[in-house]
Amino acid sequence: MLRVDIEKQLGEFSLSASFASEGRVIGLFGASGAGKSSLVNMIAGLLRPDRGTIVIDGETVDDTAAGIHVPTWRRRIGYVFQDARLFPHLNVAQNLDYGRRMNRLAPDPAQHKRVIDLLDIGALQGRRPGKLSGGERQRVALGRALLSKPRLLLLDEPLGALDEGRKLEILPYLVRLRDEANVPMVYVSHDVAELRQLATQIVMLKQGRVTSFGGVKVLT
Amino acid sequence: MLDISPAEWTAILLSLRVAVIATLVATPFGIALAWLLARRDFWGKPVLDALVHLPLVLPPVVTGYLLLLTFGRRGLVGAFLADHLGIVFAFRWTGAALACGVMSFPLLVRPMRLSIEAVDRRLEQAAETLGAAPFKVFFTVTLPLALPGVLAGMVLGFAKAIGEFGATITFVSNIPGETQTISSAIYSLIQTPDGDAAAGRLVIVSVILALGALIAAEWFARRATQRLHGN
Repeated sequence: MLRVDIEKQLGEFSLSASFASEGRVIGLFGASGAGKSSLVNMIAGLLRPDRGTIVIDGETVDDTAAGIHVPTWRRRIGYVFQDARLFPHLNVAQNLDYGRRMNRLAPDPAQHKRVIDLLDIGALQGRRPGKLSGGERQRVALGRALLSKPRLLLLDEPLGALDEGRKLEILPYLVRLRDEANVPMVYVSHDVAELRQLATQIVMLKQGRVTSFGGVKVLT
Repeated sequence: MLDISPAEWTAILLSLRVAVIATLVATPFGIALAWLLARRDFWGKPVLDALVHLPLVLPPVVTGYLLLLTFGRRGLVGAFLADHLGIVFAFRWTGAALACGVMSFPLLVRPMRLSIEAVDRRLEQAAETLGAAPFKVFFTVTLPLALPGVLAGMVLGFAKAIGEFGATITFVSNIPGETQTISSAIYSLIQTPDGDAAAGRLVIVSVILALGALIAAEWFARRATQRLHGN
């Protein structure tokens, strides 16, 4: 599903990661500053590796030796950022529809309904992002990413900006997403409890290096 | 209450036409340039930036003269356009529009550039992850979010174009009905013995137009800002 073998120098910090996974949810675990976000940004194509390859779903999206770098917008990935990043000039329904329009996908009312029910965002459709709570914003961001029909969903600390209460409110949605949406995910977090609930495989990062790789057991 | 004569109307309508055309033609160039200056780093950027601002600091008569040398009948570009495309600027209202467009360009570009700089690049990244190619990101995210600045730039450019005098009169002279705008009409009138009353009327008209433009710019900016904060 996902194969990563990259090196990247970012100022003083050097990142060097190599792993391959068929897992449904790859948990990318590490303290802040371990290089998690940089790694995810490279998988998304927002950052270019200095050396190495990235393969998503059998397609090589980065191969520095062969000069391959597929731009972000052609990678067919979904990305849920810590800070939702909903478009402020569009309402919730238009935000949700954005990816479908950009990818010129035919309307898929069945999937649309499934995602909206799954995330419970039907009542928010007409609202603008400025009128949503933090938890609602994150649910809409999840829906927006899913509706662009990605082959891989990247979630970079999607609960990071929420307080404990809100986290507990969103977590069940993520579990349902994992079990029902049928999209492989890379889930970035520094929270062991979150990853225990969600991940099926763990990549542990420490100061830019992969220190462990395996089942959820490695989190102990 | 303002008893405006047909000759004065001619000047007012010509000014409006010149300013509207100048603004509409300058806007796409302004947006493209604002985006370049806001978002790209390239060799010669400081020079381009200075060039855009040049009409603001150059004596208008110099700008007008340079336009005459370039776009006049025998000018390098002017001769080509006249011979091959039939477009003539010299002593025509189109020349007045060109002069006004050039003179108002710095004022038009500046708010556009500032508002594009203010657009959160993280939103543009989010759009890319959703499958939007760079030009689609620009038209669906950057431009709509920069809209208040774009409109403010257009209105400011328009206001400046309506009042332009020095470059216009140097380039296309002061021909009633063809190149005599409000400004050059006032200039002629205050040099005529009983022109004071007519000049006064045109002065009032230009004050009203300028004030109206400034208020409109403010109004556009406020409306669009409300929209953009996602409320």
